[in-house]
Amino acid sequence: MPGADKEADLTERIEAFLADLKRGGCGTGPIRGSGETARETTALLRKVTAQARWSSAGDLMEIIRKEGRRMTAAQPSETTVGNMVLRVLKIIREEYARSRGSSEETDQQESLHKLLTSGGLSDENFRQHYVHLKANVIEAINELLTELEGTTDNIAMQALEHIHSNEVIMTVGRSRTVEAFLKDAARKRKFHVIVAECAPFCQGHEMATNLSKASIETTVIADAAIFAVMSRVNKVIIGTQTVLANGGLRAVNGTHTVALAARHHSTPLIVCAPMFKLSPQVVITTVVRNRIILSKVNVHCPVFDYVPPELITLFISNIGGNAPSYIYRLMSELYHPEDHDL
Amino acid sequence: GTSVVVYMVPQYSSIHIAAVVVSMFSTIICGFLFLLVVKRLPEHVQVDDPAVVKRLAKKLERQQIPLRSDYGYKVSLFSHLHQYSRKAPLTQLLSIPSTVIHPSIVRLGLQYSQGIVAGSNARSVALLHAFKQVIRDYTTPPNEELSRDLVNKLKPYISFLNQCRPLSASMGNAIKYIKKEISNIPSQCKEEEAKTKLLTCIDRYIEEKIVLAAKAISKYAIEKISDGDVILVYGYSSLVNNILCEAFEKSRKFRVIVVDSRPRLEGREALRRLVQRGISCTYVLISALSYILPEVSKVFLGAHALLANGYVMSRVGTSQIALVARTYNVPVLVCCETYKFCERVQTDSFVSNELDDPDDLMVTRKGKTQLENWQDVSSLGLLNLVYDVTPPDFVDLVITDLGMIPCTSVPVVLRVKNLDQ
Repeated sequence: MPGADKEADLTERIEAFLADLKRGGCGTGPIRGSGETARETTALLRKVTAQARWSSAGDLMEIIRKEGRRMTAAQPSETTVGNMVLRVLKIIREEYARSRGSSEETDQQESLHKLLTSGGLSDENFRQHYVHLKANVIEAINELLTELEGTTDNIAMQALEHIHSNEVIMTVGRSRTVEAFLKDAARKRKFHVIVAECAPFCQGHEMATNLSKASIETTVIADAAIFAVMSRVNKVIIGTQTVLANGGLRAVNGTHTVALAARHHSTPLIVCAPMFKLSPQVVITTVVRNRIILSKVNVHCPVFDYVPPELITLFISNIGGNAPSYIYRLMSELYHPEDHDL
Repeated sequence: GTSVVVYMVPQYSSIHIAAVVVSMFSTIICGFLFLLVVKRLPEHVQVDDPAVVKRLAKKLERQQIPLRSDYGYKVSLFSHLHQYSRKAPLTQLLSIPSTVIHPSIVRLGLQYSQGIVAGSNARSVALLHAFKQVIRDYTTPPNEELSRDLVNKLKPYISFLNQCRPLSASMGNAIKYIKKEISNIPSQCKEEEAKTKLLTCIDRYIEEKIVLAAKAISKYAIEKISDGDVILVYGYSSLVNNILCEAFEKSRKFRVIVVDSRPRLEGREALRRLVQRGISCTYVLISALSYILPEVSKVFLGAHALLANGYVMSRVGTSQIALVARTYNVPVLVCCETYKFCERVQTDSFVSNELDDPDDLMVTRKGKTQLENWQDVSSLGLLNLVYDVTPPDFVDLVITDLGMIPCTSVPVVLRVKNLDQ
């Protein structure tokens, strides 16, 4: 039966995706960048919407939540997966509301009057069936996919607004977003980049070779020299793994030291992060890898660092530049508060 | 000049002429005094000045010591410093047998440039032992005085060692002491007697300034270690290791976190020695500092030199540790012997530093060496700094053999030492 084939194909793809996510956690990093993961997740969710059996928006949201829980359980540190699930859930809610005829704005505003008169959240149970809901949702997910494909270019386009000539810029480790950002600015301006290598995996080396191939003056330094050279740095531009709801970061190991050194020298710290990295989590559990206990020695190798929002000057995302204090508002536009706990 | 003035302007009285002559002489004398008071800038921080480089090349040629050439692309901020490669030691350029340089000095130079002898205490002690051997083998040539000739003999050795690896502050102070002792040998002293005297002086210097100083510092430092402490150390400092081992002997209960950094990875040596004694240790890289610091109760750091403006010159990464410790309100204690105190002043890590072999930064991960062909890419540079300076506001206490002092009291100690001498 064609339906059963499609379902089998769908479950196969989901299983392959979960296996990839799990494998990404064991090696020296995820197999694909977070942008790719976001696009894969969204494409998969679109397939689920198209091929799974559901009759009302509530059923669809249940299915998506179930798949989302499985995907986040496979690799808890890869937050983009969870973020995309939340975006799709928000899309479903919006399309449902549009089909019902109520405008989006009154739904979003939680005015005191509405809270008093509506008597709670129970009036929305998403049980009604609308004929065009499926098509609308798939179209909206396609728009989301287009947005995801253009994020790196959108961020890179803003590069010339932030980098002037003969600057010395410091960056840490390897970030594809920052690489595109700097290469775009290098087409028109001459500046110098210092890359901290980020032991033990030394992703900074790859970043340095890529930047120098684009004829940018690059210097590789060891992690220990970050504070020593910070006095000659004009700006620090970094990428991150996740942007948290309070405006803080969960970034690669060593970023907190860079942020503290930048604050000591009053150097601006700029974070280039696309919107799909924004996560509603606030509580951080640092992921510790390779906790080897040799006969008498404990070795710690944490993967991520928490950077508090006070140390960050600016976020550059695909929708423009924002201060860390504005992040909570952007979050309320992207995700619905009821979905925050999958 | 005076007669010309008198001839040219006969209407001026002799008083005016005398005034002019006196002012001329006083400017000349002031010039001399200026040159005496202000020290000449050392050559190894003026590599970007071609006149200085030429002067050094001439001096080395006179002393028959080969000139070492720089290696690799130097980052523009550091074009005033040398950058050597470990694969091209100076000893390869020497002719065998070398008539000018004593063999123990040649061996020492090779040990320095290959990193076999590293750490300021180890280097100073090795230097003093090599000089003892030189003195034992020395014979005064006829019609020469020992006090003058021996000092002249030592000059090419010092240039050679400087070419192998720039001298540390502790080595500089040791050399100053030896030269002073040699020049103070009375001329009527017989050669054997003079040599024995010098050998005992050197032994006493090592005993007082290094061994006994370490014992005194341990005594003070152990007062600062309490039971249940979690102590953080960075890299390998012989003094800090000594303190921890002695504290452990005195049955203090504590555990140690060893922080290490690429490319030298000296912390592994410290870890090995501490674990051998039975101290429970944790090992992290410097990028994990923010993760591990909330557990730490004290930070003990070693120093390469203490500068006269209170800045601590130490292995690169020390200032970072002090910065993050200050953010988490963890006390930072620096342990340093007084013979490492230095009259120089410095405010950043750029004006005077050492650049190590840039090839050390290369690493192979998963069978791939990213930076393998870094020399071929014109816009890529590798920077391997050896030292950095920590500002005094990050350091809470300095433990020396004279007691526990704040960082800002370093010039006071220097003045007291100068008065003693």
